[in-house]
Amino acid sequence: MEFLTTVRWSPYAVGVGIGILSWFTFLISRKPLACSTSFARASGMIAKLFSGKKVDLQPYYQKIGLGVDWQWMLVVGVIFGSLISALLSGDFRWQWVPSLWSAAFGANTLLRVIVALAGGICIGFGARWAGGCTSGHGISGTLQLAVSSWISAICFFIGGILTAHIIFTLIG
Amino acid sequence: MQTNKFMDERKQTSVPKKEISPLLWGLAFGILFGFLLQKGGATKYDVIVGQLLLTDFTVLKIMLSAVLIGMIGIYAMKTLGWVELYPKSGSAGKNIIGGLIFGVGFAVLGYCPGTIAGAIGNGALDALVGGLVGIIIGSGLFAALYPRLTQGILKKGDFGDLTFPRLFKVNDWVIVIPAATLIFILLYWLEQAGL
Repeated sequence: MEFLTTVRWSPYAVGVGIGILSWFTFLISRKPLACSTSFARASGMIAKLFSGKKVDLQPYYQKIGLGVDWQWMLVVGVIFGSLISALLSGDFRWQWVPSLWSAAFGANTLLRVIVALAGGICIGFGARWAGGCTSGHGISGTLQLAVSSWISAICFFIGGILTAHIIFTLIG
Repeated sequence: MQTNKFMDERKQTSVPKKEISPLLWGLAFGILFGFLLQKGGATKYDVIVGQLLLTDFTVLKIMLSAVLIGMIGIYAMKTLGWVELYPKSGSAGKNIIGGLIFGVGFAVLGYCPGTIAGAIGNGALDALVGGLVGIIIGSGLFAALYPRLTQGILKKGDFGDLTFPRLFKVNDWVIVIPAATLIFILLYWLEQAGL
């Protein structure tokens, strides 16, 4: 069982594992691995706390349906799965500022959190606009050979690679 | 009447059970997914941004090998009639513009919606306090703008839930085998290039 306490596995072992995992989500749950719609459901559920039942009537929330579903629990599971893996290998640690970030922009926590918030807003907005994220389009959609997913996944990386280079070479 | 009443009662007792089991499967699959992402290093900002800076190819290796294995298995099970596919419908306006906006956020945040959950489990507080809140706000913003976008830009160049085998009107395997071969060659080339 030594593999459970190893910090890093070969990316190919991880990829093969995720590929096999997706067979079972199709077979057992009749659903592809995907994450981002759960964040939209969370936004609707939080909005309901403030604005009440009328939030359910918003067209987008009617389309996706609010409430805790299979995918919502999948995202919760990811938190725990990662935590278990990190604890088993001693790789867990609280960290405000990632080292690659602090090497370029310093260790200011507030700056990193504000930038992460801004990036998160883009991600949430873009994922809903594109209809999926790196898992729903990038893995599950591309493996089904969906045209929408291949276009999206390629655009994720075009946008990401250009922006990362702008941030780290022009600004950093 | 008597049997009807009995059926109603049975329905009522079986409904909650039916609702809970998918949630538990979701949780179980999520735990495995999160475990794998963490073991791959994909729950780390440095690894994800390293991929976008083209200095660390871990993320691409994980994704391409998952797609390779997933695709072959799922198309084999589809051929056997065990599973059906769920391709997302799309359009140029939806996938290109949405994809690019997502990409900008991907680089700025350094996590995506799946890996941010993993990053939180790994202890990343910028993910929990900044990124997670941002993703929820961004999703809510889109939901608010959706009525104005849905008949306009999101419909531009609509092609529906098309897959490549249906686009080229060929047997699934005519696409699966070359696609698998190409992914394998790309991975092999990445290794040969020392990336």
